[in-house]
Amino acid sequence: MPLGARVLLIGYGNPARGDDGLGPALAEAIAELHLPGVTVEIDYQLTVDHAALIAAHDLVIFADAAMDLDAPFRLTRTGTTPTATLGSHQVTPEVALHLAGLLFGKVPPAFTIAIAGTAFGAIREGLGPEARCHLGQAVAAVLELLGNSADDRPQVRAKGL
Amino acid sequence: MTGTRLIEISPVTRVEGHGKVTIHLDADGNVDEARLHIVEFRGFERFIRGRLMWEVPVIVQRLCGICPVSHHLAAAKAMDQIAGVDVLPPTAEKMRRLMHYGQVMQSHVLHFFHLSAPDLLFGFGAPAERRNIFEVIRENPTLGLRAIQMRKFGQEIIEATAGKKIHGTGAIPGGINRNLPLETRDRFLAQVDEMLAWAQDALALARGYVEDHAELVKGFGNFASNHMSLVREGDGALDLYHGRLRALGPQGTPIFDMVDYCDYHKHLIEDVRSWSYMKFPFIRSLGAEDGWYRVGPMARMNTASFIDTPLADAAHQALRAFSGGLNHSTLANHWARMIEVVHCVEKIRELLHDPDLQGTDLVAKGERRFEGIGVIEAPRGNLIHHYKVDEHDQVTFCNLIVSTTHNNEGMNRAVKAVAVQHLSGQPKITEGMLNHVEVAIRAYDPCLSCATHALGQMPLQVELVGPGGEVIDRAAQCL
Repeated sequence: MPLGARVLLIGYGNPARGDDGLGPALAEAIAELHLPGVTVEIDYQLTVDHAALIAAHDLVIFADAAMDLDAPFRLTRTGTTPTATLGSHQVTPEVALHLAGLLFGKVPPAFTIAIAGTAFGAIREGLGPEARCHLGQAVAAVLELLGNSADDRPQVRAKGL
Repeated sequence: MTGTRLIEISPVTRVEGHGKVTIHLDADGNVDEARLHIVEFRGFERFIRGRLMWEVPVIVQRLCGICPVSHHLAAAKAMDQIAGVDVLPPTAEKMRRLMHYGQVMQSHVLHFFHLSAPDLLFGFGAPAERRNIFEVIRENPTLGLRAIQMRKFGQEIIEATAGKKIHGTGAIPGGINRNLPLETRDRFLAQVDEMLAWAQDALALARGYVEDHAELVKGFGNFASNHMSLVREGDGALDLYHGRLRALGPQGTPIFDMVDYCDYHKHLIEDVRSWSYMKFPFIRSLGAEDGWYRVGPMARMNTASFIDTPLADAAHQALRAFSGGLNHSTLANHWARMIEVVHCVEKIRELLHDPDLQGTDLVAKGERRFEGIGVIEAPRGNLIHHYKVDEHDQVTFCNLIVSTTHNNEGMNRAVKAVAVQHLSGQPKITEGMLNHVEVAIRAYDPCLSCATHALGQMPLQVELVGPGGEVIDRAAQCL
């Protein structure tokens, strides 16, 4: 990553719905590290309003919980799509990137990290044990992407992620 | 077929919460009755019991994802009374007002641009795949960009005053927990003039729609009603944060005026009906049949004597001149909404120049009480929070009358008026017909969740019911 690059990490999901809070939990874990040049945003969902924020950065990482994932997490490169999901609530990373380009003339490179959760139904704060394990691996993957190692981060080790 | 039939619209889209519309047809295929059912149970008033008073202004924000700040402030105002505080330090009141104006601005922008503009720009009968914010952006990127930037401005004001864009903690019993640093103020000052220019353009758009579609607006859910809101004590000016209750009859005759909102229960009663979890409030002195009323932007334009910011006041006068009296139109709510956006930005600019925002006297103290009532004008209308708290600081009673509940009867009548016009004599529910009903609901409120505390997404369903109660058609749009 070039020196001085502005990185945006958006963790989204509902922490009151069990493992749906994986995206925000990853964002909180990264925020606590105070990495230079990294802005962390936590929201319940992606909306069209994120387009302005996305266009103001050089690299964007979307973090979200995933159901039925056959791995603890999956990190993928994310492109744009002009196909809008109808409604104001459900915007995919691809659509958010597309809107950033359409409205603000900039589509930064982007990744999506999907983290496997297992318990989404109950109204409950906090992650299940399996999700916590997956979160730790996902945090390490994001740090590696950003050119940092989780082994060098005492806060991450102390939280057992 | 003999007797009546019923149309059910379910789910309603671009509206939060969960609702169902049933339309009963008579033997000739004409609309006999239309009802907006709120089918999710509202439990907030029960499960808030036992929580500590200090938690309440934070917890109640979970009532609504669109206007959590309104619940935060209404609850905080109630808790001020329980903390024995009748007058806040200037910094606290002005920070709360700044928070509220930021909230109303961003919420109105969301309502108008994101949720209603697709209907207004593309027509109510346009295909569902066109009627969304993405098509608005595709069609008019400048409009889309402004909508996003104006929302961002309002949300950043909320973040600066409440600590977070959603579910902040700024207002506490007796005051506020932060002031506005100079560097933050300067960041907003650098943007506020552009926001005001854009707000005026949005107002021109909303006004132009009503003027250019005068016949449609006049015939779409237009019916006489009473109107109620807070107005400023003394001069009756528009005041979104604090004031006294004023209710006017359909011709503008006062029903009550300058009522202390702590006496709301002396003037309002909540009726219940078997087919909806949402209550039906009415004005006690007029009775259930004649005492129902509307709240919200147009109600406020009707009740306010004037607006104390120059651009919004001029727009208010123009609306009054156009209406030739009280305005009862459902669709003209959007015009009123954009007048309030201009007002909010003018107020924000005024406050940003006030050095009290950098004050350090943030919290007042008083003699503990056991009951508190907080009332505010939320984006969708009047909002009442009423609590009783015991000697252990635990809530023992909670009553909430949210804007959607105030508007319940009005929304039902709007749905019926639209159904009569667009569904009578039709054998089936078409997508365009369905959306006409949704447009009527959306003109009042994109949000039913706080009236019910529904969990999850908001679909609206429509059912067409026949004379014997049989469902003869059913439609739903899961957008």
